[in-house]
Amino acid sequence: MRRVRDIEEARRRKGLEASTRDPAKLEREFPLQRVLRDDGSADPAEVGLSDAEILETWRWMVLSRELDERMVTLQRQGRIGFYIGAIGEEAAVFGSVAGLQKQDWIFPSYREHGAALMRGMPLSTFVCDLLGNAGDRMLGHQMPCHEAWRPGNFVSISAPIATQVPQAIGAAVAARIKGDDMVPLAYFGEGATSANDFHTGMNFAGVSKAGVILVCRNNGWAISVPLELQTASETIAQKSLAYGIRGERVDGNDLFAVHNATRRARARAAAGEGATLIECVTYRLEGHSTSDDPRAYRPPELVEPWRKKDPIVRLTRYLEGRGLLTAEGSEAVHAEARETIRKAVEEAEAHEAKPALETLFEGVYAEPLWQQREQLEELRTAIEADPRVAGGR
Amino acid sequence: MPTMNIIQAVNDALRLEMRRDPNVVILGEDVGKFGGVFRATQGLEQEFGTARVIDTPLAESGIIGTAVGMALYGLKPVPEIQFADFIFPAMDQIVSEVAKYRYRSGGQYPCPMVIRTPYGGGIRGGHYHSQSPEAHFIHTAGLKVVVPSNPYDAKGLLISAIRDEDPVLFFEPKRVYRAAKGEVPEGEYAVPLGKARVTREGSQVTVMAWGAMWHEADQAAREAADDGIDAEVIDLRSLQPLDIDTLSGSVRKTGRAVIVHEAPRTCGFGAEISALLQERCFLRLEAPIVRVTGFDTPFPYTLENEYLPRAPRILKAIRDVVAY
Repeated sequence: MRRVRDIEEARRRKGLEASTRDPAKLEREFPLQRVLRDDGSADPAEVGLSDAEILETWRWMVLSRELDERMVTLQRQGRIGFYIGAIGEEAAVFGSVAGLQKQDWIFPSYREHGAALMRGMPLSTFVCDLLGNAGDRMLGHQMPCHEAWRPGNFVSISAPIATQVPQAIGAAVAARIKGDDMVPLAYFGEGATSANDFHTGMNFAGVSKAGVILVCRNNGWAISVPLELQTASETIAQKSLAYGIRGERVDGNDLFAVHNATRRARARAAAGEGATLIECVTYRLEGHSTSDDPRAYRPPELVEPWRKKDPIVRLTRYLEGRGLLTAEGSEAVHAEARETIRKAVEEAEAHEAKPALETLFEGVYAEPLWQQREQLEELRTAIEADPRVAGGR
Repeated sequence: MPTMNIIQAVNDALRLEMRRDPNVVILGEDVGKFGGVFRATQGLEQEFGTARVIDTPLAESGIIGTAVGMALYGLKPVPEIQFADFIFPAMDQIVSEVAKYRYRSGGQYPCPMVIRTPYGGGIRGGHYHSQSPEAHFIHTAGLKVVVPSNPYDAKGLLISAIRDEDPVLFFEPKRVYRAAKGEVPEGEYAVPLGKARVTREGSQVTVMAWGAMWHEADQAAREAADDGIDAEVIDLRSLQPLDIDTLSGSVRKTGRAVIVHEAPRTCGFGAEISALLQERCFLRLEAPIVRVTGFDTPFPYTLENEYLPRAPRILKAIRDVVAY
């Protein structure tokens, strides 16, 4: 429980330092913007989405939740090697994608699989990536949950933290040079705000006046390290001030607030008014990934209040309150999502377990170098001599 | 035909490629109005404007990270890292991102760019203005690495690199930036990547070098000729892709190999060339393959002439392998 003491200590330190700050001023400058109240009601003037759009987005959120839960089970069964999902952060993901235009490029972190799916990546293709099998669009080159989907302008995921931030700025500058109406969006967590490329990207965004949207899913935890040990700033949004870009702080579990902030940021970017940092205040309800067990560092009582703020529960309450959904209708959509996932897994698992041997060397360069051609031949010869060379998974 | 130095040849190549292809953009520290601290981008901002010749904030990872986004979106960025010694803050972007984008996306997102950077010692620059970090990048699958030694190759190789589909590290030998002069054709021409050049034919020993050290190797071969030693000299020009056929063909002929580079010896690219040659020429070798290199130290200030593999040290190696 040392970690819990660390958190308490960090909080005490923050309390001591509070006298040098003015939280009220920060709250004025970066208020937590909310539209969807806890009871599921919302001011119709602020909702910003049509009933049909809300229902469609809610369906995506349900699919994402069911998918995350099912994939964790598959990982526990040993059918996939690893999984990292977005449980509790669905409003932050789908609200921001919904605020974009189709031509806008997404520079993902590693929890925005829902964005790839919403942009048209077939679910079975996504599962093939998790399996790293012959149907994997990434040719088995990356571990699970590191997909790319070019037809949906969903750029490839890497594990190094915050590298996508300056990349998104580069894409925005490129679109400006080409005269395209395209506003890139980069996702990252609050842990990434400690990484050098976050600072570099924010600075480049400010100086270049690039039209880009930087979405921080502040879920409170970078594996075991809580926000308090990640930054001494009261908010993530306030970091925008130092770089001369806009900052907004929204309830990340409120689909409407996230969507509105993204749409505002997009409009500003498209109008040549530069970048926006959007802090989505949310919470990681589960472990970091299937390789993590949060019980080792996070007391359950910290999580419980956030379960009550579950973004899907809140949105469901809204839909039911508006008479757009019944309890039976909701359960039917959940059941339908589970069936869609079951079929996708079945379809994905029908592929050969491994991609063809030559894919090992495919795409390192546009054309393989002589070294790679020689090495492929060497590998083939070795497998012919002893099939165990190709054995195992 | 005009006579140019390497800086002028690089500038000429950049200008021609920017005129030819509106997607070519330049970004880096001081590259705009000032034209670069070595003046390689002089006049380009004036001709092509600040949208395509971009003065960036002082952050190498930002320069390369921004270039990645540009490349993915269809531009052909030519970022400049002011000194190769300062490329390390951008290593994560180069090694984890630039080199891997095509591969990790299953070919969906190529990331072609040309990272230009002056490298090498002999200019009294100490640790941080003298290093030759090429081996790091050759060791990273997905990158190409090119090092011209003269103005003609600098222009032709840079044009090829800009037109290439893969990311290229383009190391410019700053020790001979202005000293190496030569005739350079006007207009476009390409020197292909992956082709070494035999600059001096010989029968007794093959001396291999690139960049600034080619000039030292050439000098050593001339001096060896005075001793009656007939040395062949090869300018590698492109380290990845590597023209192994030209190298191994020469060593099969001469039976002896001397590899010269100014980077430290251990795990330097000479080690790879040596391994490749012994795999291919084992039965034809008359003497052990010898490396004449910088030493396993940080690049020194006062004793840099002792550190650099200059002609006298190469000459000794040539004599030693011939007498073996």
